[in-house]
Amino acid sequence: MMLDVLSPFRAWKNLFRDPVTVIDPLNDRPGAARYRGFHQNDVDLCIGCGTCEAICQNAAIDMVPVKQLEAPGKDSGLRPKIDYGRCCWCALCVDVCMTGSLTMSNEYKWVESDPEKFRFIPGVDKKYWDDAELGYHRPEDYHLTPHTRAEMGEMEADERISNFDEIVYGYTREQAIIEADRCVSCGLCVATCPAHMSIPDYIAAIRDGDYEGGLKLLYETNPFSQVCGRVCTHRCETVCSAQHEGDPIAIRWLKRHITDNVPAEKYAEIIGGKEPDTGKKIAIIGAGPAGLTTAFDLAKMGHKVVVHEANSGPGGMARYGIPEYRMPYDVLDHEVSVIESLGVEIKYNTRIGKDIAMEELQKDYDAVLLSIGLHLGRSTRIIGTDNPAVAKAVDLLRDITNGKKVKVPETVVVIGGGNVAMDIARSVARLQKQTYGEVKLTVTALEDFDHFLADPEEVKESFEEGINILDARGPQEIVIDDKGKVTGLRTWKVKSIFDEDGRFNPSYDETDEIIHEGTLVIEAIGQMSDVSLLGEDLTEKLEWSRGRIVVDPDGRTNQEWLWAAGDCVHGPDIIHAVADGHRVAKSIDKHIGKAKAKSKK
Amino acid sequence: MLYQPDRSQYPDMGPDGKLDIDLSSGKYLKLWQGPQHPGITGNMSLELTVCGDEVVEGKVHVGYLHRGFEKLMERRSFIQCFPIVCRICVPEPDFNEYCYAAAVEELAGIEISERAKWIRTLILEMGRINSYMMYLGGQAGALGMGVIGQWTTYVRDLMLDRFEELTGARIYHMFIIPGGVRDDLPAGFEDRMEETLKEIEATLKDVQEVMFQNAVFKKRTKGIGYIDPSLVDSYGITGPNARAAGIAKDVRADQPYLVYPHLDFEPVTGKDSDIFTRSDVRRRDVIMSVDLVRQILSRMPKKDGPLMAKLPNVLHWKIPRGETYIRGECSRGEYGFYVVTDGSGYPRRVNVRGPSYTHAMSLLQRMIVNVNIADVASLMVSLHTYPPEIER
Repeated sequence: MMLDVLSPFRAWKNLFRDPVTVIDPLNDRPGAARYRGFHQNDVDLCIGCGTCEAICQNAAIDMVPVKQLEAPGKDSGLRPKIDYGRCCWCALCVDVCMTGSLTMSNEYKWVESDPEKFRFIPGVDKKYWDDAELGYHRPEDYHLTPHTRAEMGEMEADERISNFDEIVYGYTREQAIIEADRCVSCGLCVATCPAHMSIPDYIAAIRDGDYEGGLKLLYETNPFSQVCGRVCTHRCETVCSAQHEGDPIAIRWLKRHITDNVPAEKYAEIIGGKEPDTGKKIAIIGAGPAGLTTAFDLAKMGHKVVVHEANSGPGGMARYGIPEYRMPYDVLDHEVSVIESLGVEIKYNTRIGKDIAMEELQKDYDAVLLSIGLHLGRSTRIIGTDNPAVAKAVDLLRDITNGKKVKVPETVVVIGGGNVAMDIARSVARLQKQTYGEVKLTVTALEDFDHFLADPEEVKESFEEGINILDARGPQEIVIDDKGKVTGLRTWKVKSIFDEDGRFNPSYDETDEIIHEGTLVIEAIGQMSDVSLLGEDLTEKLEWSRGRIVVDPDGRTNQEWLWAAGDCVHGPDIIHAVADGHRVAKSIDKHIGKAKAKSKK
Repeated sequence: MLYQPDRSQYPDMGPDGKLDIDLSSGKYLKLWQGPQHPGITGNMSLELTVCGDEVVEGKVHVGYLHRGFEKLMERRSFIQCFPIVCRICVPEPDFNEYCYAAAVEELAGIEISERAKWIRTLILEMGRINSYMMYLGGQAGALGMGVIGQWTTYVRDLMLDRFEELTGARIYHMFIIPGGVRDDLPAGFEDRMEETLKEIEATLKDVQEVMFQNAVFKKRTKGIGYIDPSLVDSYGITGPNARAAGIAKDVRADQPYLVYPHLDFEPVTGKDSDIFTRSDVRRRDVIMSVDLVRQILSRMPKKDGPLMAKLPNVLHWKIPRGETYIRGECSRGEYGFYVVTDGSGYPRRVNVRGPSYTHAMSLLQRMIVNVNIADVASLMVSLHTYPPEIER
């Protein structure tokens, strides 16, 4: 009992203790090394994907346009503006940031009389903590979004080299869901896609298992979705926000997955629906992606469309320029049948300028579209290219598509480093394998591997198939023996491709010479349009730039009845051709609609 | 010897079970303790009817702190709920984080790494120490002994420093995230933690000498606020309130979770079930927690691989249909999260079981009758209630 009375007095021992408070907390009390303090944003690293805005449960983040930014390329031009009246410093925005640009400093003191100031754009509105090194940064091994792409099955090299079957199998449902789940729906891809396909929405449709809804979305912007699902140049994937800390979403394969999972007979019903007949007639020259996209759109608007195709099959460059192992013909045929189901008439084996004159089209139709692709191969014009054993890639590819018996010799050399060079090399390699049982083929490219034009997977797969690719080799001469037979190609090592003014003017190291053995040399250095169908008069009247027809932003030439679209205007790219087709269809509809209004008066 | 009031002055019970209190008689006085009152814990309020110094009827009023978290969570994705839940209980937020994360992991079928479990346990024990430190100050403060609160607040602050360097925040740590924990222990953490633990032990010794070996404290707490052990089950009493009544209820031992099976401890119990015993049980519980923190830091396995499990893309994370109840032993008793999912990207229903709900409402309302008005604050604090967890 006595102890209970005395014991409390022990508190007096603290009488002479120093105070435990920090005397100047504003200066003497820095936040801990991983303190979640005020936000920092590396605006150059930031791509404005808005994932931080999406995850913020307080709606404290708004994505706002920032003028000071350089012209946005792979970027939305927006940056996060944070409202410190709402922020709870949970740092989920930092955790989910796709580039790692958003971090937090360990600073926590900010005095301001104007409450509006507490809404600010980190990194743009300069703050004293911008350069603080400490503070919360997302730790290693810590991710809120999966970083690796779902693998897609494909044929092994030794299996695929002996046939023209499609190499990739397409995603299974499980793989597609894993891949679709990775998308953060930022929409940078939509802005980049020439046709502005609603990518995040159709990826969401895969997640929800709604393939028919997904297909409807696809065909709203792209009547070549099955084709693009296989061979699109997929620029969307080059801006995908997931690529910064992992693999970009396999957008192209996901698109294909939707088209693979809707029964062929359901397409027309899902996509269909057209306006009443307008009584207008439009002629389209060339049944490629640009021409048929225009036909698709115009047919839906109720116009009568007749497509004139010189070849025996539809698809244009997609059929005659891309080998079957990448773009199976039955898929293409199905794609075109969907367009035909809207009432589009396609006349095959009809060459304008020969079977029908251009003037006739002008007379018989309300509008004419020129979408003739790039079916003529360019030549290097080095010595010996006039020899019959020197071929052009596009011609050979067309022959292979047409089922002609293409005789390939035991040794072949390909000049070129683009995707067409890979296409012809891999096609010829297959023919060699079928004929001789082995591949002896050399590809000589002007560019080195660091600046290669062909897609990396094309190069990788070519090597797997036993094709020898040599980079930085400049072709000098076709080597021809006394009897006039081609025996190979002489190349020099490339020192540089462009001169100081940035013009194409390759320089070579002449001491590094190789003669590549081959009794057939194939040139795959570029293509151009066969414009002979236009006739002299029209050719003269049209405006030209570097061998291509000049069109206005809507795709109309300087002749008011004639439009042009696709590869022949913009160079080779299917999705660009599709975008072109939409644009032209709108323009034609506007034009003939006006004509109608006139005639009513 | 329990305090015996003079019951002759008390109102009669009517046939409907209600007291017949005639305020106009002048015998009774209606008195509000709270919501603004130094003798109330947080944002709640007691409506007391007193007769002289004695409380004849007490009603607990809550609702001053309702923020609707459970409802909010039904409109937040699973990851967006993670920063919300800690706010359900301010002084010991980590239990919300743990229970929510564990519920989501169970429903989504996610297995977390071993080291993450140890770090989670560490955080929960650190939070327990903090919560008890706040309690000890409050219990002493309710009896006018302000200095104890100053001491315990200081050591709590030291522990908050440890929290800050480990989790990046002092109060709302937001560190136990579905899938694991956000980061590993910082370098040198064990040494600094040991210094902090020593400070806590020294302070506990002082508290023992000044608060518990104190004639006034004993007079004011012994024999007051008795909870009969028979009430424990019927009222759902858990934690130190039950253990002080001699019933060794402790979820850590009864249904071990995280790494508690790997730790050596014995639930602390008391006998007398009064305010003093409950305070003492909590003081000894801190000593146990300090020991547990040491055990965790010395037995924790080395890091091998990521602390975070592989999550699906959290922006559209859907969890299959299911329901679960996750519980843990927080400083006040059994803390639990009941989570229902329906296959969508949002929880269908979340219900939080805060131990304060039974302790501060039904139990206090019963216990407060016949208590001297001067002891009401002390009695209430001795149940260790946090109003935020009553109102989610």
